[in-house]
Amino acid sequence: MRIRTIPAVAAGSALALLALTGCGAADMTRQASPFANAQGARTVTLSVQSWVGAQANVAVARYLLEHELGYRVDTVQVDEVPAWDALSQGRVDAILEDWGHPEQERRYVEEKKTIAPGGDLGVTGHIGWYVPTYFAEQHPDVTDWKNLNKYADRFRTPESGGKGQLMDGSPSYVTNDKALVKNLKLDYRVVFAGSEAAQITQIKQFAKEKKPFLTYWYTPQWLFEQVPMTEVKLPPYEEGCDADPAEVACAYPVTPLQKYLNADFAENGGEAAELLRNFRWTTEDQNEVSLMIADRKLSPGEAAKKWVDSHPSVWKKWLP
Amino acid sequence: MATLTATAEKTSPPGIRANPTARKLAALALVAAVLVPLAAARWSSGTWPGALTVDVSGPLGRTSDWIIDNRDSHPLFLHFLGHVSNAVVISVRAVYLALLAVGWAGVTGVCALVAWRVAGVRLALGTAGAFLACGLLGMWVPTMQTLALMVVAVAVSVLVGMVLGLAAGLSGRMDRILRPVLDTMQVLPAFAYLLPVVLVFGIGVPAAVLATVVYAAPPMARLTALGLRGADKEVLEAVESLGTTARQRLLTARLPLARRELLLGLNQTIMMALSMAVIASVIGAGGLGDRVYQALASVDVGAALAAGVPIVLLAVVLDRVTGAAGARLGQEPAPHARALWAAALAAAAAVAVAGRLTDRLEWPDGWVVGIAEPVNRAVGWMTDHLYSGVPVVGGTADWAGRFTTWVLDPLRDGLQWLPWWSVLLVVAGLAWVIGTWRTALTATSAMAAIGVLGVWKPSLDTLSQVLAAVAVTLLVGFATGVAAARSDRVERLLRPVLDVFQTMPQFVYLIPVVALFGVGRAPAVAAAVVYALPAVVRITTQGLRQVDPAALEAARSLGATSGQQLRQVQLPLARPALLLAVNQGVVLVLAVVIIGGLVGGGALGYDVVFGLAQGDLATGLVAGAAIVCLGLMLDRVTQPTERRARKGA
Repeated sequence: MRIRTIPAVAAGSALALLALTGCGAADMTRQASPFANAQGARTVTLSVQSWVGAQANVAVARYLLEHELGYRVDTVQVDEVPAWDALSQGRVDAILEDWGHPEQERRYVEEKKTIAPGGDLGVTGHIGWYVPTYFAEQHPDVTDWKNLNKYADRFRTPESGGKGQLMDGSPSYVTNDKALVKNLKLDYRVVFAGSEAAQITQIKQFAKEKKPFLTYWYTPQWLFEQVPMTEVKLPPYEEGCDADPAEVACAYPVTPLQKYLNADFAENGGEAAELLRNFRWTTEDQNEVSLMIADRKLSPGEAAKKWVDSHPSVWKKWLP
Repeated sequence: MATLTATAEKTSPPGIRANPTARKLAALALVAAVLVPLAAARWSSGTWPGALTVDVSGPLGRTSDWIIDNRDSHPLFLHFLGHVSNAVVISVRAVYLALLAVGWAGVTGVCALVAWRVAGVRLALGTAGAFLACGLLGMWVPTMQTLALMVVAVAVSVLVGMVLGLAAGLSGRMDRILRPVLDTMQVLPAFAYLLPVVLVFGIGVPAAVLATVVYAAPPMARLTALGLRGADKEVLEAVESLGTTARQRLLTARLPLARRELLLGLNQTIMMALSMAVIASVIGAGGLGDRVYQALASVDVGAALAAGVPIVLLAVVLDRVTGAAGARLGQEPAPHARALWAAALAAAAAVAVAGRLTDRLEWPDGWVVGIAEPVNRAVGWMTDHLYSGVPVVGGTADWAGRFTTWVLDPLRDGLQWLPWWSVLLVVAGLAWVIGTWRTALTATSAMAAIGVLGVWKPSLDTLSQVLAAVAVTLLVGFATGVAAARSDRVERLLRPVLDVFQTMPQFVYLIPVVALFGVGRAPAVAAAVVYALPAVVRITTQGLRQVDPAALEAARSLGATSGQQLRQVQLPLARPALLLAVNQGVVLVLAVVIIGGLVGGGALGYDVVFGLAQGDLATGLVAGAAIVCLGLMLDRVTQPTERRARKGA
């Protein structure tokens, strides 16, 4: 008796599971979020990456989708690479700001055709190493990488041990910094802040005390308005010089940021897909919204409303 | 965490243990004398020898690629995992739609009335208040999403836990197989579960629910088994003598007798699931956890708190209601129980229908109180005035710097400098002294596995952070615990604070901690201390309070001062509770030190975050496995054998 109950329970639950789901194949790579389209609303799910610029894109897109087109928008925060995966599965309908992921592009856009390109965002991104402008003004030669070793002891912190600290942010960001430090023979140690939030908090604290620091950072970014920073020149970027991640010894490229849509959504998404495809604004626009969110602590919705109210000429063109 | 509280029992005085300890150490020394020179001669003697590592990144990378390429075509995915995933999505959706259809008034009403029937009027009011507060904070929809996810995750966890618990409770062999597995799962940091689940199910709700189930089912299974095994033998014999079948005995005697444990299991499962709700937001769970996560990304502590508070409220309410239901079990049912239930249900239905008819299903936009701004101002003030340049004591940044240079660095460098075999030896020694040769073997193999995986150095880095954090936690925790045990007023003041801190999602701590201590290992340690402190304080207080009053009375009549009473009577008698506090402290600290990877803690935590962020299975899974080993090792090294022996009883 005792022995027979367990298989019986197992078989019973398996049957129940089958009954619940219907028999046959179930492709979980095409499965929407359970929170989507509740109560007959037309829903769009957007991926928000962790940085504020991406939040600004999503906030404005969301505001327009909700108020101009009557959609309901869900947002999910996912890191960049998993977001590609989620996008291909249809759990997310669109990524509005992508910084270049050649491997994923090949896999999902070219081979599997589950993701469709959504065009330029209109913003150009650039990654680099930055020092605060107040420090660069006192020591103008710090902005050339060749002189960085001279200043290594000024950038020292408890975390970097005897070397200078090069602060990196979230592990999800594109970075060659460890290889760069090694290949350029710099007396620095890469310290990962672990998240952009932690990195920003630390930069602000440094800036408050006018302390020197060297950080991995990127434009467009709202923090420049608060903490002016100057880029350190690395050996110039040439096509293909970053091909081998271990041997990189050149600067980061300039990337025109891209939008991507789930292939199904691109085809059947109607007005929403149309709007997201047309969505195209400038770095200044994006920064304006980012700054309202991150610095003036407006909610993304309020920030988007303010921007939308004051820039009708920009977004009217996006409407289908 | 009620399992933890039932442990303060008196044990025999420590004198009897001295002998076996010496014997164990001697035996270990003998083994070491033979093996260490061999090992040192064969391989190098510094850090873990390269010859003994296995590089698993190749196979792991291929596995990951295979899964991504075959996820939409292979039968395993189409006919099994796909259905699992579908079932989760359908059930979460069903619950979510039901919650939305009932509307905010209906949900609040139904929950309050259920609370009234199972736990009394006061908790009913508390429940209603908690739900209204969620709405007032502007978090109604995310709260419902989290609730839907929780309902499904808890239901599945309870089901799985019951099935496993029944198996272990009815069959001795299953019990022997399952016990170590469940014990181990209990100590693993939640973060370590995420990556494998994400890999198979992708980012999203199914992955989140399954990770939650894996995390939350073990306590249910343990307590079910415990309840079944602990049933009164005489009652069972009496039932058997009535000629019942095994099934009848199970359904009519054993399960009802175990209902207290079952309810306790439900309580624990709910708490574990809620704490996972936030962590799972990293893999796309949505709901409240996602709001916390998004707010933290823009360094908005206030908004993070606005989303964190509903989680805490849900946790407190669910904890109290299930707890009160458990406490009421033994009592006679009220005379008109059925009629009252019917009345409650009718009232709930009326509220829901009223909400529906008046078209007030969604929480009104106007009824939202913004708490984000004042909170942010307070946090801003703190960081402005405490970060540095405080006269005499120095700012928090200076402390963090000093803590890093004087405590963390020497500790890490010291651990990494130790020859690898000596680390194994220390682990074996500690585990054996406190436990049995089995636990020693487990602990040592876990530590060795870390070396084999090739993450010896980062693991020791993490270990150094854990040790430093545990030291601080115990210092502060024991001191506070003693104070609370000696004064009712202190305990009363502390209790609500402890409640809140214990249920607060770990993520919420991270940003204020960075604002105060900068980026690095120091903030990770600080967050870990804050998180582990409540449990340590609580267990210490309870342990000290449960010391036999007769023993204290005797000491007092002999003229012992209160200090002497504490040192010579209370602390020795509360030893099992203190050891348990150490064990819990270590487990909780490890969990947060790992999350500290998000604020510059580096080491294993960073590797897991990196693996999740980059979809890099090789890095993430190896780090996850190392965390599992580290957790196992730390648990075995601090877990006294008395506890396991009694659990089996």
